[in-house]
Amino acid sequence: MNERFDAIVVGAGPAGTATALTLARGGWKVLQIERGEYPGSKNVQGAILYADSLQKLIPNFREEAPLERHLVEQRVWVLDDRSYIGSTYRSPVSSDAEPDRYTILRAQFDKWFAKKAQEEGVLLICETTVLDLLREGERVVGVRTDREQGEVYADVVILADGVNSVLARKAGIRPELKAGEVALGVKELLFYSQESLEDRFGIQGDEGVAIEMVGKITRGMVGTAFLYTNKESLAVGIGCLLSDFRKEKVPPYVLLARLKEHPALRPLLRDGEMKEYTAHLIPEGGYKAIPKLSGDGWLIVGDAGMFVNSVHREGSNLAMETGRIAAETVIELKQAGEPFTERNLRRYRQRLDQSFVMKDLRKYQHVHEVLDQNRHFLTTYPELVNRAAETLLRVDGVDKRAKEKEVTRSFRKHRSYRGLFSDAVKLWRAFR
Amino acid sequence: MRGPNIVVCVKQVPDSAQIRVHPVTGTIMRQGVPAVLNPYDLFALEEALQIKDRLGGRIVALCMGPPQAEAALRKALSLGVDDAVLVSDRAFAGSDTLATSFALASAIRQVGQEQPVDLVFTGKQTIDGDTGQVGPGVAKRLGMQLLSYVCRIPILDMDSQSIVVHRWTEKGVQVLKSKLPCLITVLEGTSEGRFASLPEMIRAARQPIRVWNRQAAGIEDLSKIGLKGSPTVVGKVFAPSRRAERAECIEWEQDQAEKAVSLLWEKIRARQPELVEKLSGDNGGENGQERVSE
Amino acid sequence: MSESGGKPAERKGAARRKAALDPRLAEYRGVWVFVERDEQGVHPVSWELLGAARALADQLGSEVGAVVAGGAEESLESHCRDAVAYGADRVYQTVHPVLAGYRNEPYAKLLCELVKKHKPEILLLGATSLGRDLASSVATTLETGLTADCTELAIDRESRALAATRPTFGGNLLCTILTLNYRPQMATVRPRVLPQPKKDHGRSGQIQKEEIDLSEEEMVTKLLEFLPHAGGDRLDLSLAEVIVAGGKGLQRAANFSLLEELARALGGEVGATRAAVQAGWVDVQRQIGQTGKTVRPKLYIAAGISGEIQHRVGMEGSDLIVAINTDPNAPIFEVAHYGIVGDALILLPLLTRMVRGQAVATKTSGLEVCSSS
Ligand SMILES: Cc1cc2nc3c(=O)[nH]c(=O)nc-3n(C[C@H](O)[C@H](O)[C@H](O)COP(=O)(O)OP(=O)(O)OC[C@H]3O[C@@H](n4cnc5c(N)ncnc54)[C@H](O)[C@@H]3O)c2cc1C
Ligand SMILES: Cc1cc2nc3c(=O)[nH]c(=O)nc-3n(C[C@H](O)[C@H](O)[C@H](O)COP(=O)(O)OP(=O)(O)OC[C@H]3O[C@@H](n4cnc5c(N)ncnc54)[C@H](O)[C@@H]3O)c2cc1C
Ligand SMILES: Nc1ncnc2c1ncn2[C@@H]1O[C@H](COP(=O)(O)O)[C@@H](O)[C@H]1O
Repeated sequence: MNERFDAIVVGAGPAGTATALTLARGGWKVLQIERGEYPGSKNVQGAILYADSLQKLIPNFREEAPLERHLVEQRVWVLDDRSYIGSTYRSPVSSDAEPDRYTILRAQFDKWFAKKAQEEGVLLICETTVLDLLREGERVVGVRTDREQGEVYADVVILADGVNSVLARKAGIRPELKAGEVALGVKELLFYSQESLEDRFGIQGDEGVAIEMVGKITRGMVGTAFLYTNKESLAVGIGCLLSDFRKEKVPPYVLLARLKEHPALRPLLRDGEMKEYTAHLIPEGGYKAIPKLSGDGWLIVGDAGMFVNSVHREGSNLAMETGRIAAETVIELKQAGEPFTERNLRRYRQRLDQSFVMKDLRKYQHVHEVLDQNRHFLTTYPELVNRAAETLLRVDGVDKRAKEKEVTRSFRKHRSYRGLFSDAVKLWRAFR
Repeated sequence: MRGPNIVVCVKQVPDSAQIRVHPVTGTIMRQGVPAVLNPYDLFALEEALQIKDRLGGRIVALCMGPPQAEAALRKALSLGVDDAVLVSDRAFAGSDTLATSFALASAIRQVGQEQPVDLVFTGKQTIDGDTGQVGPGVAKRLGMQLLSYVCRIPILDMDSQSIVVHRWTEKGVQVLKSKLPCLITVLEGTSEGRFASLPEMIRAARQPIRVWNRQAAGIEDLSKIGLKGSPTVVGKVFAPSRRAERAECIEWEQDQAEKAVSLLWEKIRARQPELVEKLSGDNGGENGQERVSE
Repeated sequence: MSESGGKPAERKGAARRKAALDPRLAEYRGVWVFVERDEQGVHPVSWELLGAARALADQLGSEVGAVVAGGAEESLESHCRDAVAYGADRVYQTVHPVLAGYRNEPYAKLLCELVKKHKPEILLLGATSLGRDLASSVATTLETGLTADCTELAIDRESRALAATRPTFGGNLLCTILTLNYRPQMATVRPRVLPQPKKDHGRSGQIQKEEIDLSEEEMVTKLLEFLPHAGGDRLDLSLAEVIVAGGKGLQRAANFSLLEELARALGGEVGATRAAVQAGWVDVQRQIGQTGKTVRPKLYIAAGISGEIQHRVGMEGSDLIVAINTDPNAPIFEVAHYGIVGDALILLPLLTRMVRGQAVATKTSGLEVCSSS
């Protein structure tokens, strides 16, 4: 193909579309290539959308984006086998502040987002898979797709092809995924009538609830679970490190089925019509897993660059943020008449270092190790705190002081004072 | 000799595999159901494209639907269609097949103003309307010969304006010879679909889709379209009733399968004695022939 | 069916849109059936329709008419008499060489002329390749409503209109469609959805010859040849008395032989779900359901079939339904009369042996029959 583009963006998830949209606004001729039938057709997410990064791109998105519910309540549950203890934060959105977190359905959201980019002039083609990067020497000059006459050239190629990024791996840009650096998330969508959801969660209108869960539900594997309210459905899912799934040999769907049967969840989920079961990888390696982010003629954004904050379950916003920053970087270079060399493109990383993306990832860089090496955080503690709550709350003629002693004893039995202390320190360090 | 000028009617439909019915209220839950190009229309497109591969000419994809239906036309463009027209107007809302065929026929006449139309293709049926009535309706309105359920087009000769098709029926295939212009509804499974090249994909992504409102589609008479032009009226929509009783279940223990089966067989015999009578005669010989299952 | 792409639920109110029937339309009387026939005989759907027409006409207090047409006199006579035996009061018989072999143009012309002349209130056709082709053309020419692929026909008390019920949205829902201010009201019905009426040779009816002005020269489309489907494809599931059907639960193509053997033992045919067809285990001809055939055999055995609605609509009318499924909650048990929860791969061969009369313990003591109804 003779035609040349200013940029080719591979993938139409949040990262790719944020990049393409920003570039097109900068007057660039952009070709965006997506392998799915339409943007979002294959994408999996919880899904919570954090408004900030999108707002920077489309300030009035609240008026037109396909949003499900805005979160007014966030619960955190620590579960043992039959009970949970948790905290709830609820704050109705005040009239002057706009909601900052929404649930979305990716199939709809991605389609809408891509449409916005198309309106800016991005040329999007779907059902087309990019197979290889084309190079001249070291420099990436285009891509090869699975279609006939499938080679197409551009000044710069942006990889936004998600966590697997076969492309980056094939090109040797990124090392193979390590099972300890990715989580496998499985998710189901269960359908209800709007009223029944509102009753179950005590919400109205567009209000929504998110429940994040940790504890024995992951059977000692490093992972978390979630339950989010959409307009007419609930998304329930669980994700654990791939290496743990392999080690424990528990199939993910079994874990999800058990989660749904947990006494704390069952009543919330009853009578739902299951529609969609999906599985997807989540990069969880954090800061240390971030690969080289650019080179001669290419940049990498979103999940492909392992940008996920697994502690806060933020991914799509980092995808948009990295996409936008990558685009702004190349736009600036072009305006300054500088070529897209490896050296010049390093500015992308420098800009990222200044942004919340890298700052947050750096902050949590040790969390996984700590959990990995201290499995009792995921098994023993949930049990202990749940039992403690049970002991303290039960009114059975035992005096309260005796109860407190009982609780302390039970903690001591499972963990020495030194152990307890060092656990506290470890956790504090990890999350500091 | 000029190549044929072909119109292919395509519709955007909700992917009915993904439509859910609310378990309690029985209403349709359409949230998040993706829209697709009616799968049967892909066969119609492919038939048209094969003709164009052989004889040249031009293909216009025509769709009546809301603005989002553009996606279906874009897909048609990527497969190699030359031009796409979306007929879209609020006035069409609520059209049944009679009104739809009026609007499409009218639009096809407009396409014919640019260059006379030799062939119109439609799918066998849609997966939402499921009627298969629109194609024949359009043919009637345009006064074209109707060739329905076509599974093969062995001859198309532009010089003599003649065509030979194989028309599928339950018992066999009718070989029909006709004259252009005609309308063909294409049977499914007639051919493999095609995979557009990258340049074609890019061309399709770039090509503007013409959007015609009622007037542009040449429709003056409002009484023929939309709810007004639709003789049929949807009275009631409801979930299919389930039989009140569930099956009578034959309970059995692990290693007593044979007993269970024999009990079942007795019950069948009790309910359908004639059937079983008829069998007993002609069965004897087969004994012992059966293969043992793995 | 609504082409609005679909908000039938929201259009409910439209049915109330009731104006007095145009007086010119009020003269339309009688329930007609177009009798689909060829050299070999009449398609059974036509008799099924006559049964339904009879019931509708009785309710409306009007006549049943049957249209029988063809290229040569002889064979038509017996078909006309049969039409009466199945419930017609009056048969409109047209013979013309141009009508030998079905073609859209002459048949559409004939039917339109007859309708204009005799003004039937309701016109029914089979939802076959012929019926659908013809009905659409006639409805468009007459500019009236046509409801395709109905599963139930009734009279709406309030409006005296035909209430035609059909599946919609991939079979997930049913909708009832009325044609209020247009006549005739037309519908097509799939074969085997309605029961076959009893043939009553004692019935009397009138056979009335109708002329039509047709000439072969004016026919643009010529029928060159008819190529019958190859021998193996002559299979007509919709007429089988026994069907042993299998689905995804049979796990692999090879296991369909278990069905074949049972079917052979029972003198029946093998049917399948779309899932099994799509897996390539069995020919599409054998698919039963919304996008396959509708069947109503005397005995339907469903093995490894979940019983999704799209499958059920094709077989619910069967006299006796037996289901074998490992999942006690499978929806198939909601339509089945008898069920066994268990592995079809084990149970099918046992049943085959049973049917073949081989000795399997006939003692049934100790087995419990649960009846949850
Ligand atoms: C179960 C689960 C729950 C999550 N919950 C949340 C949450 O609540 N909030 C949050 O912010 N994040 C969440 N995430 C993370 C979030 O989904 C990702 O971080 C985000 O989708 C990353 O966007 P992306 O554009 O980089 O990649 P993707 O969304 O994966 O998009 C990549 C796109 O590229 C396409 N593609 C891939 N390869 C090719 C190729 N070779 N050629 C052409 N196209 C290609 C794909 O089809 C896809 O459309 C969750 C993830 C999972 C799995
Ligand atoms: C528009 C549309 C049209 C359709 N048209 C049709 C149609 O015409 N006909 C049709 O059939 N479907 C049709 N379908 C598909 C339909 O919705 C179902 O998907 C299909 O009928 C399921 O087929 P199944 O029962 O073979 O498979 P499944 O749903 O996968 O069920 C398999 C069953 O086998 C059971 N099982 C597993 N192992 C065993 C064993 N060893 N022994 C016994 N039981 C076992 C399982 O418990 C399960 O119930 C249509 C769908 C759509 C959307
Ligand atoms: N709104 C529409 N726009 C374009 N073509 C249509 C439309 N509705 C129906 N058709 C065509 O008519 C065929 C039969 O449709 P139906 O009668 O709805 O089953 C389809 O396969 C299409 O080719």
